[in-house]
Amino acid sequence: MELCNCIEPPWPADELLMKYQYISDFFIALAYFSIPLELIYFVKKSAVFPYRWVLVQFGAFIVLCGATHLINLWTFTMHTRTVAVVMTTAKILTAVVSCATALMLVHIIPDLLSVKTRELFLKNKAAELDREMGLIRTQEETVGTMLTHEIRSTLDRHTILKTTLVELGRTLGLEECALWMPTRSGLELQLSYTLRHQNPVGFTVPIQLPVINQVFNTSRAVKISPNSPVARLRPVGKYMPGEVVAVRVPLLHLNNFQIHDWPELSTKRYALMVLMLPSDSARQWHVHELELVEVVADQVAVALSHAAILEESMRARDLLMEQNVALDLARREAETAVRARNDFLAVMNHEMRTPMHAIIALSSLLQETELMPEQRLMVETILKSSNLLATLINDVLDLSRLEDGSLQLEMGTFSLHSLFREALNLIKPIASVKRLYVTLSMSPDLPEYAVGDEKRLMQVLLNVVGNAVKFTKEGGISIAAFVAKSDSLRDPRAPEFFPIPSDNHFYLRIEVKDTGSGINPQDIPKLFMKFVQSQPLAAKNSGGSGLGLAICKRFVILMEGHIWIESEGLGRGATAIFIVKLGIPGRLNESKLQFVHKVREINVGRMVTKGLLVHLGCDVLAVASGEDCVRAVSQEHKVVFLDVSIPVSIVSKLL
Amino acid sequence: MEVDQLQRSFLEYTNSLFREGFLDGQFGQLQLLQDESNPEFVFEVVSLFFEDSERILNDLTLALDQQNVDFKKIDAHVHQFKGSSSSIGAQRVRNACIAFRNFCEGQNVEACRRCLQQVKQEYLLVKTKLEALLRLEQQILAAGGVIPMLDS
Repeated sequence: MELCNCIEPPWPADELLMKYQYISDFFIALAYFSIPLELIYFVKKSAVFPYRWVLVQFGAFIVLCGATHLINLWTFTMHTRTVAVVMTTAKILTAVVSCATALMLVHIIPDLLSVKTRELFLKNKAAELDREMGLIRTQEETVGTMLTHEIRSTLDRHTILKTTLVELGRTLGLEECALWMPTRSGLELQLSYTLRHQNPVGFTVPIQLPVINQVFNTSRAVKISPNSPVARLRPVGKYMPGEVVAVRVPLLHLNNFQIHDWPELSTKRYALMVLMLPSDSARQWHVHELELVEVVADQVAVALSHAAILEESMRARDLLMEQNVALDLARREAETAVRARNDFLAVMNHEMRTPMHAIIALSSLLQETELMPEQRLMVETILKSSNLLATLINDVLDLSRLEDGSLQLEMGTFSLHSLFREALNLIKPIASVKRLYVTLSMSPDLPEYAVGDEKRLMQVLLNVVGNAVKFTKEGGISIAAFVAKSDSLRDPRAPEFFPIPSDNHFYLRIEVKDTGSGINPQDIPKLFMKFVQSQPLAAKNSGGSGLGLAICKRFVILMEGHIWIESEGLGRGATAIFIVKLGIPGRLNESKLQFVHKVREINVGRMVTKGLLVHLGCDVLAVASGEDCVRAVSQEHKVVFLDVSIPVSIVSKLL
Repeated sequence: MEVDQLQRSFLEYTNSLFREGFLDGQFGQLQLLQDESNPEFVFEVVSLFFEDSERILNDLTLALDQQNVDFKKIDAHVHQFKGSSSSIGAQRVRNACIAFRNFCEGQNVEACRRCLQQVKQEYLLVKTKLEALLRLEQQILAAGGVIPMLDS
């Protein structure tokens, strides 16, 4: 044996080879022993392993192989016969087991391989199914959306229903599709729409059929027999009719939609939708198709109710428009009427008053002349009647102006004392004729002068006092005037009268109490209404127009006051109370009176008069001649003083 | 002081005029109308009176010298003079005018001429008196005093 130059081997070369073999055998044995251990470990770990018997066999084979190699270790060196025997036994056993295992594996391995294939196959199948499911779902959704879209794209009832049938027929591939609507009476179902062929529309079935009840009682689509009357839509052919499904379509009414509740489906009004699969197709209704049908039925119900609501609101809108037009017309007519009345009143105002005044004036003049007693009587009657008529005309005109709101108070300073005195003087003669007493009591804190519309206040006072005298047969009238303090200002019956005291004004309260026939408390509200006379029996002599108190009320309200009447009942007299707001003179800005003063050519007199008037607080304009006067006079000038020697022409020009 | 004296003389003089009937209550009213806003009122009024009167008296004289006396026109003039003299409170002048008018109505030329003379006389008298009064007023004002008010 040749030795290499590199390292000095410790053993001789033969021994080296043996050493290597020794080591290799050792490692082989080790590996062989560890393989079954690994197998056992991993098999124990896995849940399923069908070939235990094979495993045992294989394990034995390995172990024995390992044992063989292990025993080989001892055969490198000199060994005893025992070791050889053991070695041989081990080898024999190994041979047996190995052969058995080899034979066994021939059966096992194809099986193992096929498991893998099956796994692959199953995976593919699962993927395919998944895809199919997805497809179906999208299909369903698309169909549902499309259907809904189609149905909702129109608000016309007929289009909705027709579209439904068409789309359903297309999606589901139906042979026939029909809709039965309940009749007005609710006792029958009438065939209203069909998809394919024109059945005589108007075909009805009674609603109380068991099959129909069955369908109406559930919200699901129900399979029904093709022979039931609702399904007999096609002429009977030689083919087997396809499966038929029916579903209810709730017809919701507007009044079902309460604000708080959802519509109750116990409306008991349903339509029936019948769907037929093509005959002789052996197709069956699938669950997802039934679900689709149910969804569509609901959608149709909603769409129909929308259509109904829209119809209703369009009708309401049309009605409103019509009403609007009518109202507009009425308003314009009313305005025209009011304008016409105002024009009429404005004209009649002047036209009626002029002759009236002429009659009164001339009658008065006639009274002053020499007359026979009968003539005098006639003239007096004429005068009285024309005065009455003039008052009536004035009242009516005043009232209409009051109502328009165009009447304005003529404010001025006047003496309260003289107002009451004058009223008293006017009423005393009439009262004394009826033998009634009239008393006047004015509270000491009443101011001497007040600012207000004297003429209208007098009118109100006279009206009230006149009424009191009119309706009193015995006893008398007592008038009391005082400044109203805040507690006596409010009348609980008139909450809107809210007087606000101020420095420049005071509230004058006048109470006129009479011992007359009284007023029924129920009649009191009517007193202030126009043209209403509450005492037809006593009205024989009253001769009023019924306007008096209405006008008084308006005037009092214009004066920011309040008027009312209290009475305890018939025969117990009555008290009329009114409160008006008056100004306190001197504290208000009064407009000054303007005078044009003119005296012809005498300067002294003019100057003196001017001085006097200025002293009294007037604005005075003095001019020297008639022409100057004509030129200088304007609306502002309240009074013009003229000398008697002014020519008439100038005077007429001034007027 | 001098002011006091002047004021007293003024009052005495004015009272005498009232007593003798030259002026009546109207003049007192005029004096009352004179105040801070109108300090020269009386003076102005009196001056105007003199102007007017001169004019009217001239007109009257001319009218009465005519051949055909126009009584209507004379009556109108006298009426005016009566008015202005009343305004100022010249009582005697006014009374003379009233008498004049009566004779005018009677269309008595001689009587009218006599009346005119009467009126002129009265006018001259009251003019003198008023001028004196005004002078007294000026003197009081010049001395720094105020014109005293009459009691009655």
